[in-house]
Amino acid sequence: MLCQLPKQTNPNLLVGFETSDDAGVYKLNDSTALIQTLDFFTPIVDDPYMFGQIAAANSLSDVYAMGGKPLTAMNIVGFPMCSLPGEVLLAILKGGQDKVAEAGAIIVGGHTVDDKEPKYGLSVTGVVHPNKILTNSGAKPGDMLIITKAIGTGVLATAAKADMFGNGVAAAIKSMAALNQVAAEICSKYNINACTDVTGFGLLGHVYEMAAGSAVKVNINSSAIPLLPEADEAAGMGFVPGGAYTNREYLKKVSFEKCVPEYLRDLCFDPQTSGGLLLSVPKKEADELLRELRQAGIEEAEVIGEITATGKGEIYVY
Amino acid sequence: MSINIDARGLACPQPVIAAKKALDSVSDGQVIVIVDNLVAKENVQKLALANKCEVNIDQQGEHYYISIAKGNASDVPAPLNKEKLTETVYLFTKNTLGQGKDELGAVLIKAFMYTLIERKPYPKTIMFINSAVLLTVSDSPVIEHLMQLEKAGVEILSCGTCLDYYQLKDKLSVGSVTNMYTILDELSAASKAITL
Repeated sequence: MLCQLPKQTNPNLLVGFETSDDAGVYKLNDSTALIQTLDFFTPIVDDPYMFGQIAAANSLSDVYAMGGKPLTAMNIVGFPMCSLPGEVLLAILKGGQDKVAEAGAIIVGGHTVDDKEPKYGLSVTGVVHPNKILTNSGAKPGDMLIITKAIGTGVLATAAKADMFGNGVAAAIKSMAALNQVAAEICSKYNINACTDVTGFGLLGHVYEMAAGSAVKVNINSSAIPLLPEADEAAGMGFVPGGAYTNREYLKKVSFEKCVPEYLRDLCFDPQTSGGLLLSVPKKEADELLRELRQAGIEEAEVIGEITATGKGEIYVY
Repeated sequence: MSINIDARGLACPQPVIAAKKALDSVSDGQVIVIVDNLVAKENVQKLALANKCEVNIDQQGEHYYISIAKGNASDVPAPLNKEKLTETVYLFTKNTLGQGKDELGAVLIKAFMYTLIERKPYPKTIMFINSAVLLTVSDSPVIEHLMQLEKAGVEILSCGTCLDYYQLKDKLSVGSVTNMYTILDELSAASKAITL
């Protein structure tokens, strides 16, 4: 939508919205650039405190995906003041504040409007060294693709509405509330060529943005994709959110090997909330990075594919 | 026994939940679920297949009538939108038809595909290897014929190694990619396999 507006130029704008990146980056001086991002959504879990944590982890993630460190955050709240008790709002805000504190940042304010259904999210400000910005458009042929969280939060959130797959739903909630902070800190020690976080466009949607932005072709090994518990069964039973179909419809450039089962194709397009980082890293560093991620407790981290050649964002899933 | 569920107007995943409850309550019988959007249609169909049920979908305007047969219920009508398929498998080995001048072969392959559409029942699967994969990519002269066949339920498979060799993988426009295992499986399981 933004591409329909007149193009803005400013020598200090290092990352704008043209490349569909995770956040905007503005250079303050030679050693510091400002990262700004905003995200908010309707509740995806029943527990308001968990919802607050997940929304905050999701908003903070965009700063980590740019290679930055979050400093401050502001709450954005929509809330039905008449129909829901104030404690619910308090629990949401508490969840957000706790998660922001865990990230080493601080909430400095916010704004609430009366709304028919609750909405919550944060605008996060962070900093990064101008030479150390990670974008989604630097992947190079020969890179390996690593993902740091398991896939399936959209499918499991849909199954949760049916009160099914309790173990999977619990794992999804835990995963969504987890910060990408540790992964981002580890990444700062490696030559990461491209980075983004996996969210609403699903795994392949974000792989596509990275591949197209980097002008490369990608092979994905579907059997290596880490899945949340029971996500396969839930997808196979038809708990596939509408967004997965929209993502799939949009991304016609993907060719699937025939043997890739339907449930796995659906999960490849499953919209993620507060998903993991998707990293494009030189092959010779991939094993060491993976080992360090897992050692730090990010056990779901996996190499899921590789950049094969220059191209136009072609994706082949086998 | 037959249960009818009207799931029109229900948000995802309510149609699947309603269909699941109904399916769980019958051991032998038919469940008909009516939905009004593509997502619900796809998801209820997935549920039925996961339960190893036979499923048929009848589209009436914007509404889908999904008949799910569980157990021995065999009174499900034949699919409405699919032509009757036989167990014939075609294997195309080049992008023209027959031996001789390629110019003529190119004309013949078009005529062949056109005739294939006119003649029923349709084959179950059509596979493409070596230069025949030029027929399944975007600038193929027979792409529309193949798309029509795929729409009618014919499986269209192109050899992945061959697409790679001709650097056409990103141009594949109909069907899906396959490998030699599947090609051999299809050939040996077919009641009739025709190589061209």
